[in-house]
Amino acid sequence: MTVLRRKLAEAKAEGRAALVGYYPAGFPDVASSIRVVQAMVAGGCDVIEVGFPYSDPTMDGPVIQQAADRALAAGTTPKDVLAVVRAVADAGAAALVMSYWNPIEKYGVDAFAADLAAAGGSGLITPDLIPEEAEPWIKASDAAGIDRIFLVAPSSTDERLAKTCAASRGFVYAASLMGVTGTRDKVAATARRLVERTRAVTRDSGLPICVGLGISNGAQAAEVASYADGVIVGTGFCQRVLDAPDVDTACQQVRDFAAELAAGVRAAAR
Amino acid sequence: MTTNNTLPVPPYLGEGGHYGRFGGRFSPEALVAALDEVAVAWEKAKNDPDFQAELQRLLTEYTGRPSPLTEAHNFREHCNGARILLKREDLNHTGSHKINNVLGQALLTKRMGKTRVIAETGAGQHGVATATACALLGLECVIYMGEEDTRRQALNVARMRMLGAEVIPVTVGSRTLKDAVNEAFRDWVTNVETTHYLLGTVAGPHPFPSMVRDLHYIIGAEARQQVLDRTGALPDAVAACVGGGSNAIGIFAAFIPDESVRLYGFEAGGDGLDTGRHAASITGGSVGVFQGARTFVLQDEYGQTVPSHSISAGLDYPAVGPEHAWLAESGRATYAPITDAEAMEAFRLLCRTEGIIPAIESAHALAGARKIGAELGPDATILVNVSGRGDKDMTTAATYFGLLDDEGKQDR
Repeated sequence: MTVLRRKLAEAKAEGRAALVGYYPAGFPDVASSIRVVQAMVAGGCDVIEVGFPYSDPTMDGPVIQQAADRALAAGTTPKDVLAVVRAVADAGAAALVMSYWNPIEKYGVDAFAADLAAAGGSGLITPDLIPEEAEPWIKASDAAGIDRIFLVAPSSTDERLAKTCAASRGFVYAASLMGVTGTRDKVAATARRLVERTRAVTRDSGLPICVGLGISNGAQAAEVASYADGVIVGTGFCQRVLDAPDVDTACQQVRDFAAELAAGVRAAAR
Repeated sequence: MTTNNTLPVPPYLGEGGHYGRFGGRFSPEALVAALDEVAVAWEKAKNDPDFQAELQRLLTEYTGRPSPLTEAHNFREHCNGARILLKREDLNHTGSHKINNVLGQALLTKRMGKTRVIAETGAGQHGVATATACALLGLECVIYMGEEDTRRQALNVARMRMLGAEVIPVTVGSRTLKDAVNEAFRDWVTNVETTHYLLGTVAGPHPFPSMVRDLHYIIGAEARQQVLDRTGALPDAVAACVGGGSNAIGIFAAFIPDESVRLYGFEAGGDGLDTGRHAASITGGSVGVFQGARTFVLQDEYGQTVPSHSISAGLDYPAVGPEHAWLAESGRATYAPITDAEAMEAFRLLCRTEGIIPAIESAHALAGARKIGAELGPDATILVNVSGRGDKDMTTAATYFGLLDDEGKQDR
């Protein structure tokens, strides 16, 4: 049982969705990013996805791209990513890494799985790795006893929903809309339908379904929490750090934002 | 002239678009349905006589195919006397081989019931070809181009806009071709219902590498027959430049089963491999996953993409199509770098000896032919793919050779 699965089970026992926050390691520098993720946990995030900054983030909108660029310019390394994972775990939340595939393959798939587990990480989210290409990762994550989170999207066929959920462990990441990361005025209408379709294939396994993309305030978090097992927010945290004049202010705003979202997932009508 | 245009499936192409350990589909789940749609539509289209007839009509009446084979009687003395045959893709409408792929995918877009086309471009050749096809076929057209490239290739921006395309400068990342590809993928995932991503090379996730190969197969199919008709034998070697590698795959494909024919791909060596300023993914990169496929990539020790460098904007890309990766690893084709200086010398020589201004991309293949000639000797016959014409490169050439200086150093 990973910390992730325990945290999701605890939230469920409390009758609420879990709050999952995304933040890239090394933005604006490693020490500051550790303070930010600590603030996210203090504000009420149950799970933190530590972003592995990558030069070509095809699925990310401008805010997360900018954060990743800044992290890379600051010289962030895989070791730094694992240090942030350790900090999240020490702060008492479940720690995941979210990474495009090439940096993991370059690190060494087996080595990354082992080192992530050793750093206290619960698993890895792979936005550009589909189960068909994931055999080495499935073996490595099994060997290390960590979770692997694949994505489903509104365009996924029922057959692919079943296949992807069968390959996932911990939870499955439901992309709420067709598009890249970033804030939206409204939660996409496609989100609820995707969760319903995904539920149809996870009924037996009970695999939790967490929804991300375009969720950026407490009301939206509450809306999604009414039908999902977890609510994933990323751009909103990065935007607050980008806008803040200094790290102290950034951490305060991040903590307040996490608290708003945490209240949201608790206010949901279920 | 009759040409066998049937599209052979390479025996080494595995399920899911894998070429040995290369290729595949490293793409977000959100795009899988669209990639499957394209793959299915292409399989149907390429076996549909009506589709093939329509494509063939455009290639003949609009593009001007078959492109001629020109013997370079004078340039051969700069190739150790080897017989040099030039496949003249530079004479196609829009000035390069790119139109072959673009017309096929634009027709496919209509067949899929989509109304909007997006594409990436580096130098602007693929963007111009795409804007051209969209103007012809009445499709909405959006071209992503790195801001850096829009500045370097301002005339091609004007051409695309003149043809009715919207050109969007990409201001993220390194602001070059790879970032334009990223931005096109971001657009596609958002607008996939109405939009086809008309990828311009044999890279990206399956089915792009094999579909684009199929559409350029005509280069090699024509050239193989033309060489046989002209010389009564197969060539000893085939030379092409390789960025993403579409013109090279196009001309190689017809010769891959001919074991006696040596295949040479010439990458952009920039300032030289030892300087780190180059775009030679196979000879100077390592295996990784990039923009949808496992292939050779220019990357650092952490798997971050390293910016490429080449005097040729069309080769300035930090990866290569996965079939080339396979051909390199299997030994069926040989890849070597050509420096900026070597390419520009071949560029100058072809201009002066044959009255043909090649694209600087193609000049890499010509420089390579000089090396093959040195290796194989004067009895060899070398087929060179002149993938494009050099009109677009005159600003670069004028700067490089000092053609617009007060003294007009034309003799350089």
